[in-house]
Amino acid sequence: MKKLLLASALLAFGAGLASAEVVRLATEGAYPPFNFIDDKGEIAGFEREFGDEICKRAALECTWTTNEWDSIIPNLQSGNYDVIIAGMSITEERGKIITFSENYYPPAASAYLAASADADVKGGVVSAQVSTIQAAYVAESGATLLEFPTPDETVAAVRNGEAVAVFADKDYLRPFADESNGALMFVGDDISIGGGVGLGMRQSDTELKAKMDAAIQAMKADGSLNTLIEKYFGAEGLKF
Amino acid sequence: MFAACADPKAIEGLTWLTCYLTSGKHLDFYWSFVTVLALLAITAPTAMALGFGGAMAARSQFAPLRWIGKTYTAMVRGVPDIVYFLFFVIALDQGIEYLNHLRVCEDLSQPVFRGLEFHVCAEAKVPPATAAPFVFQAYGFSLAVITFAIVFGAFVANVIYGAMQAVPRAQLETGEAYGMSHGQVFRRILVPQMWTYALPGLTNLWMILIKATPLLFLLGVKDIVYYARELGGTKTQAYEYPHPDWRLFYFLGLLVFYLAMTKLSEIVLGRISNRLSKGQATAAGEAMRKAAI
Repeated sequence: MKKLLLASALLAFGAGLASAEVVRLATEGAYPPFNFIDDKGEIAGFEREFGDEICKRAALECTWTTNEWDSIIPNLQSGNYDVIIAGMSITEERGKIITFSENYYPPAASAYLAASADADVKGGVVSAQVSTIQAAYVAESGATLLEFPTPDETVAAVRNGEAVAVFADKDYLRPFADESNGALMFVGDDISIGGGVGLGMRQSDTELKAKMDAAIQAMKADGSLNTLIEKYFGAEGLKF
Repeated sequence: MFAACADPKAIEGLTWLTCYLTSGKHLDFYWSFVTVLALLAITAPTAMALGFGGAMAARSQFAPLRWIGKTYTAMVRGVPDIVYFLFFVIALDQGIEYLNHLRVCEDLSQPVFRGLEFHVCAEAKVPPATAAPFVFQAYGFSLAVITFAIVFGAFVANVIYGAMQAVPRAQLETGEAYGMSHGQVFRRILVPQMWTYALPGLTNLWMILIKATPLLFLLGVKDIVYYARELGGTKTQAYEYPHPDWRLFYFLGLLVFYLAMTKLSEIVLGRISNRLSKGQATAAGEAMRKAAI
């Protein structure tokens, strides 16, 4: 009898676990307006709201966690969480090790932000965040690449003269330029690299990818994704 | 926190600063000091226990035990800390999940390592995906404590081993002459006397442990250095409390904290050292004896 009770209790516990499918989302929390830790200490930004919305549409229970950018792919593979939602651009190189959902932000412009209008972005020292498409681009551009673990430090490097310019997503850099009272400015043309921003998932999680893709398509179709982009990126944000 | 802080963009001056310093993120920052102190409070005794065990094993008459003791100290001391912090934690985490996988998963037909991916069934995840965020933090913290304790335990073991060897043979022989057994000599004479030799080395290790706590961030635990960097960074209008690059002030705060910790430790350790030297046949003990006359 005791064993029977125990077995049924275990079974109920197991069933409880199985029915509530929990998906863990990981973000960096340092890349406004995509994702950041707000002053309450909670994850906020475009991806927070977007992530909660697609989870609702896909009928998944989602929990959030933060992870350092540099180890965000290895920790996905070792199963610490299930989805990367961290402003990660879809690239062929990353596509070899993880799988991407459909993009939820169009291929965006990257730009150089410098402290002077005549900054030499092709031959000088240019800062970028480590393991980003921008860092790869700078390395091939002929400039000297100066890498930092967080995006904030890449901008700080320009302010204190360590680098002549920072190369990053224009959406991330725009507030810095706007709020610097002219101390920082965009230099040169915008450069479009990458295939837009997508969710990163393990290659074996095909079922999860299908659910996420369906939710993203639905959000694109009814225009709610564009509304969300407008809310966080303003009029300059790219729409679908 | 306060009613006046409802609209941060409308307030200025001291009110702004008060609201800023009591924001939810700052409260997390203050808590992280507790995290660091808790890490020190748990790791230090654990490392001492491991070190004492390691030293005893290294001195053992029983060869396999001696090999274990010697291998432990040699291996951990020979590999850079950061390698341990990066490799060991992943190995420990995956090891725990793998054992759990063998225990609870029904379908064991699939390999655990598939290419670059590590797979265990949902029930075998530690902690389970349904767990509260606090559980994940506590788990990360425990992994950190274990890693710190193993690394520092090896150094402690070497210090204590050396200290045990430094106790004059004549002292032990006197005990034996009184008819004490091996264990009695160890407990009554060797251990009380060896502390005075071990203390300088242990003091160093304690100081190094205090300064090594920022490695917590490598292990995914948000410590004071993480928060100082995060809070100090330039905050644009996307945040409730925008401000320029204030990292310097935050790091100055950390500087004061770490210096205060070292100063406090020096005072306490100085007292312990005095107490341990009392009545010992060492230069320090002799000086105390003469001063007392």
